[in-house]
Order: sequence, then structure tokens, then C-alpha cells
Amino acid sequence: MSDHEHRTPVSLSGLAADDPHLAPAARNPLLVERVIALSLLLGLVLVVGFGVAYWMNAAPWTLGATMGGGLFFLGTGLVAWGKYLMPKGPFVEERHRLANSEADRDAFAAAIVERGGSVVKRRKVLGGLLGGGLGAFGVVALFPLLRSLGPLPKGTLFHTDWRAGSYAVDQTGRRVHVDDLAVGSIVTVFPEGTENTDRGQAVDQTVLIRISNQNYVTQKGRESWGPMGYIAYSKLCTHLGCPVGLYEQQLQLLVCPCHQSMFNVTNGAIPNFGPAPRPLPQLPLYVDAMGYIRSQSDYHEPVGPGFWERS
Amino acid sequence: MSDTITKRQRQRAGGRYGAVGRALGELDDRLGVARGGRTFLDKIFPDHWSFMLGEIALYSFVILLATGVFLALYYVPSSTIVTYHGSYLPLDGMQMTQAYQSSVNLSFAVRAGLLMRQMHHWAADIFIGSMVVHMARVFFTGAFRKPRELNWTIGVTLLTLAIVNGFLGYSLPDDLVSGTGIRIAYSIILSVPLVGTYLAFWVFGGNYPGTVILERFFILHVLVVPGIMLALVTLHLVLLVRQKHTQFPGEGRTEDNVVGSPMFPVFMAKTTGFLFIVAGVTAAMGAFFQINPIWQFGPYDAARISYAVQPDWYMGFLDGALRIFPAWQFHGFGHTIPLEVTIPAVIFPGLVFGLAYAWPALERRVTGDHAMHNLLDRPSDRPKRTAAGVAVLALVSMLFIASSTDVIANYFKVSLNTVLWTMRILVLISPFVAYPIAYKIAKELHETKGAGRRKVTNVVTRTESGEYVAVPAPAYVDDVREELEPTPVPVFIEETEPTGEDDASGGVRVVERD
Repeated sequence: MSDHEHRTPVSLSGLAADDPHLAPAARNPLLVERVIALSLLLGLVLVVGFGVAYWMNAAPWTLGATMGGGLFFLGTGLVAWGKYLMPKGPFVEERHRLANSEADRDAFAAAIVERGGSVVKRRKVLGGLLGGGLGAFGVVALFPLLRSLGPLPKGTLFHTDWRAGSYAVDQTGRRVHVDDLAVGSIVTVFPEGTENTDRGQAVDQTVLIRISNQNYVTQKGRESWGPMGYIAYSKLCTHLGCPVGLYEQQLQLLVCPCHQSMFNVTNGAIPNFGPAPRPLPQLPLYVDAMGYIRSQSDYHEPVGPGFWERS
Repeated sequence: MSDTITKRQRQRAGGRYGAVGRALGELDDRLGVARGGRTFLDKIFPDHWSFMLGEIALYSFVILLATGVFLALYYVPSSTIVTYHGSYLPLDGMQMTQAYQSSVNLSFAVRAGLLMRQMHHWAADIFIGSMVVHMARVFFTGAFRKPRELNWTIGVTLLTLAIVNGFLGYSLPDDLVSGTGIRIAYSIILSVPLVGTYLAFWVFGGNYPGTVILERFFILHVLVVPGIMLALVTLHLVLLVRQKHTQFPGEGRTEDNVVGSPMFPVFMAKTTGFLFIVAGVTAAMGAFFQINPIWQFGPYDAARISYAVQPDWYMGFLDGALRIFPAWQFHGFGHTIPLEVTIPAVIFPGLVFGLAYAWPALERRVTGDHAMHNLLDRPSDRPKRTAAGVAVLALVSMLFIASSTDVIANYFKVSLNTVLWTMRILVLISPFVAYPIAYKIAKELHETKGAGRRKVTNVVTRTESGEYVAVPAPAYVDDVREELEPTPVPVFIEETEPTGEDDASGGVRVVERD
């Protein structure tokens, strides 16, 4: 047999046992066999080692090294075995046309169209009723299914738990006193009673910044909102609701670490960088007779990211 | 040589192959599997390194299922608040959900738990990565063309589901970083016009954060989505077997045949070995490369946040799109449409995946090519398709890079503003720059004779008289030359009509070997 014939793809079926296509691909099968044996042996040793390491509660990297190494060497051995010591081929297989004959197709289509058509055409009313019933069930089933997943939004997105007179407390529940913060300091506050609730954490969170020693006005119409230099903004970024957790003291910016929106705290938290479309809502504050920081009312607009029902 | 086997001989014939033969005989009596089984064992797989990419995806999926079962034995999908008193002292006494507590315990208290967690996470990243590369291979070589459009569609669906399930799984430990990710997902759902608030409330069982999200994500992550994926992966493979594998053109390879290694034993040995290799590499990565150290992030607290955190790589292009999209919000008619969220996070991925779904039909329509294709294109054979694919990849890659604007700004000590505008410009121009470059390269490669093809080997011999003679070596299957006539399949099986009981050939197959 010439070299050329060796390399011509043949069909596997009915191949004589001594056909050169069935010979291993390796030029030196004995050497390759030894290398493969070494690889498999190494794999075997490491896999057993993994068992021992697991038994002895070894560190994760020992477990991973033995298991990973074991599997890897078993794998390379097996791949090399397949590649070098098994029939080298190449072999060929015919593709058979997937499509059936025209007659077969027609028969199939006829079964559906003619047989089905004859059934439906003669019983149009029944078909309509069945279809209508199933369709109605589909639609009707969808509503209780969706509806049972959760409550309707109603007005819940428009309000927080800040009320007229709510005490601002920190995460431990301690009321914030006017003497607590030095100028340039910041603390996250909640309306008293919500500091440990999911909703308080998620919706009511507010950054309280002491920006100066005297009454601070961020915008026209907010003359009384910043008593003794205390101003408060919703901590929810108006982009995607991440907590606006970074305060750049010198530039007086609140920065959202998620997508780098920046809000200027001096002018009503108007965004001056990034994808946030609206200022952070400001919470009107007052200092009561005892010196505690309290809210005049809820926020005047919905906090957090935008949604359809928001005007 | 030819022999004829009677019924009785056939029954005894099992004996020739011992217990295996008898067992197969019993099985064949009941299921009739002998012929189909032999055909299956003889199934030919063409050899090319790029056909391995899909195997990486398949085996990563197997590893995900295996390690995932281990994790599910210890993970507690519960939002119930507990106080931590475990072996990791820095968290001692902290309030956290049971989900986070069990994830930390899984990492420190469960034997091999950390290894399994890290393997699971790495396998997920490898899974989606290999799917993307596999998809690129299928795209650039035109393997999605008729008759394989349906399998392309299944593949795109699998990629979508894998990304969704990756996000769900990433969220389960309920650490500070993943919790922030869930909040962003909530806000993205909220941004959908008209129905967004209803959808968000139904997914989360109320206003954020609700009390059920971890439990819901868990059942989706471990049952619903992987169940669908397992069914689709099976269908993907069934179609592959039914339609047979594509192959690159070459010596002896035609539209009507497949040249390569048989299923048994060659392909089976190689592919099983490769499963072990993928598992071994994943185990080594799980052991030596730390991923998602949730104990360093701390438990989720809606009022806290971490800095310079990027999502898993496959969510990067969405995060990047959200970062660089301008703050355009629509207000009017008493309603708000948060375009700065809806466009990059809902409409844009919808367009990208929609384009992927539609591509086979689009290409058929544009080229008018409705023929069957079993031989693959080289990327340079179709400059326009290649350029379009490269343009989309360039756009998505730029968006991926844009997901680390803060890290880039810190690392290179440039202003965030510069980075943002650079990325905006790069994202916008990248497809328009990439397209002509890729087109030109593909075009020139295509027109260069023999580019990308194996060179013809010459065998040089010296005669006794000292004369050198160069003779072209015989063609090998990878050589692209003129197509040879395919070798005819020897006839070896014929069926005859039954003529009567115990007739020598009645109702049995006449086996002829030559």
C-alpha cells in the first residue's frame, strides 16, 4: 500500500483488521505508551492523594492541587491514548440527505391539512369554543399567577417613613444631636424606629452632612431646610438606587461608587457628573428645643431611581 | 469472504463476544439497538482545535452541576437574620442573613467547601467565556447556516440563560457586593416603561428589598434555569448528532461526507480525557486563584456600599453601558421614562441578542443563499460577515472596558471625566473602525493565494548518482487541494424479505464483508 492510500479517508465499516488506518498514529508506540502510563500513574497517585488530603482535612489548595492535578494527568493520558495509540484513520462517513422525498412530505402535510382540516371545518363552533376556552384559561391563569407574586406598587414608591417630627437616628438607633457632628462630617441616618428594618435600610436611608455652623440654604425655597448647617439628602442614587456612600469633603461632592454619579451638596445635590439624571431629594430638617435633628416632613418627591408613574 | 448467519446462529453469535455480546443481545431483543448502536459508535467526528471550544462549555456545565450539588447541600437560602459566631473571627457577632452565614461557613467550616465554591465560580466564568468563543467560532465559520439555524437559536438561548443564571448565583451569598447588584437589577426592572413597577414588585414580592428574593433566586438558580438549560443542551447535542458535524474543506472532504475520528474509541477517549482536563484545570484555579472572597466584603446592608467593585465579567458590558450612557431622562405627560437606564440595560442587550437570533435569517435574505452548508467558511472567505462580527465584538469589548472607568482613572491617575469621555468616544467609534479594518484584512487574506492553508510538502530524495529529486508529498486530509472522489462506502448490510420460517436467509440480515 502506498503512503497516499494510507492517508485517504476510508469508511470504518468492513475494514480489514490489518488495515493501516487502524494502526496507531504514533511513530514510536512503545515510547508513547510509556509516557501515557506515566501520566496515568501520576493521575492515580494524585487522586489517591486527594482522598488522603480530604481525610486529613488539608488546606483548600492541597485539596485543589491533588484533585486538579489528578484529573489533569488522567485526562492528558486518556487524550494521548486516543490521539496516538488508537486507530489513526482518517475515516469517512457519508452524510445522508435529511430531507424526505416530495411524496413523503406531501403525505405528512396532507395528514395535517386534510385530516385536520376536515375535522375542524365541519365543527367550526366546537373548535372555536375549545380554542376560546383554552385561550381564556391561559390569560386568566396568568393574572392570579403574577398577582400572587407580590403586592401592587400603589403609592409605596412615593413615600418614605420620614414624617413631620421624625428623629434622625444613626444605624445604632442613637438620636443625632446638633452638637454631634463637626463641620465637614457626615453620618447616615434613618427616621427613628426604622434603623433596623429592611425598609428603613433600603428606602429611608439619608445622608446627614454638617456643611457649616449656620443655617445653610441649598436652593431658593429651601431657606429653613438646613438649620445650623445640617443638610440631609436621600442616600439613594437617582440612577440605580445604590447608596451614595462616598463624600468628597474638599469638593463637597457625594459620589455613588456604582457608576460614579457625583452630586454637589452645596446646591441641592444637583448631579455634575455621571449618569444620574436628577438631584438627590433633600429632606427638610429642624433642630428641636432639646437640640435634636428632626425632619419637617417627608421628602417632597420620590427617592431613588426613576420609574414610569413618577411625574 | 462472505458468510450467512441464520436466526439460530445469530442467537448463538452473542457467544462469540462473551458476556457483552449476550447482554447486548438481550438489550437488542427488547429495544432493537444493535444497528443504531453500531452506527453511533461509527459516527465520525472531524478533528479541528476549534471544535473543542463547545466541549469546554459542555464540560464546564457538567462541573457546574457537580459542584453546585455540593454547594446546595450546605447553602441556606434564607433572609432570616442571625448573629454570626463562626470560625472567621473578624465577622464575629455581626448580624447577617442565614444565606450569608451559610456561605461563609461553606468557605471556612465545610471540608473542601471553599474549593468547591471557588471551582463553581470559576467554572461559571469559564462556561460563559467558552460559550462566547464557541459562538464566535460558529459565527465566523458560517456553521450556523442551513441546516443548522435551529441549533444556533438554541445556542443563543443557552448563552442568555447562562448569563441570567450567573447573575442569580452571584447574588445568592448575600454579601455586600452581590446585594448591591440585586439592587441595581431591581432598579433596571423598575425602569421599564408602563409595567416596570409592577414587574419589580412581582419579582421582589414587594418594594425593595422585600423578604423573598434570596429564596426566589435560589429556586430559579438551582432548578428552573439549569433544568431548562439541561434540556436545551441535550437538544443541542441531539441536533448535532442528527445533522452531523460541519468540517473545514480539505482533501477528501465534501459537502456530503464527514472525515475524522470515529466516536468509539478515538473520540470517546479524547473527549472524556478532555473532560478530566477541564475539571482538573478548574480545580487548580479553584485552589490557587481566589475569587469572590465574600468574607472580606461583609454581609449585605442596604445602606452600605463597597468601592471599586466590578461585576462578574459577563455582566461587564451592561455595567459599562450604564456607566457611560448620558443622564437622559424623559419627563412628560405625567410620566417618567428613565432612558439613562432603559436604553443601556434593557433596549441595548435586547438589540444585541435580537441581532444574534435574527442573523441566520438576515444573512439568508441578504445573500439569497438557501443552500445546505456542511463545509465551513474560513473567516476570510466572507469579509462582510467577518467584519460585522468583529464590529459587534469591538463594541461589546469597549463596553466591557467601560465597566471599570473608576479603576482605570485611579490606576492611570487621570480624571474620571477624561476616562468617561474617552470610553464614550471609543464605544461609539469602535464598530466603525473595526468593520473596515476587519473587512480589509479578510478581503486581502482571501485574495492571497494559499493564505491560511497548509503548504504542500515536497519530499526531496537523492539518487545514487547524487541527483536531487523533489516530489510533492501525497495530500493529507487537512490539505486543501482539489476535492477527490469520496471513497464509496462498501456495501455490508442488506435486508431481505422474509420468505418463511427457518429459511436460511428468511427475515435475517445477510452480512457481507469484502
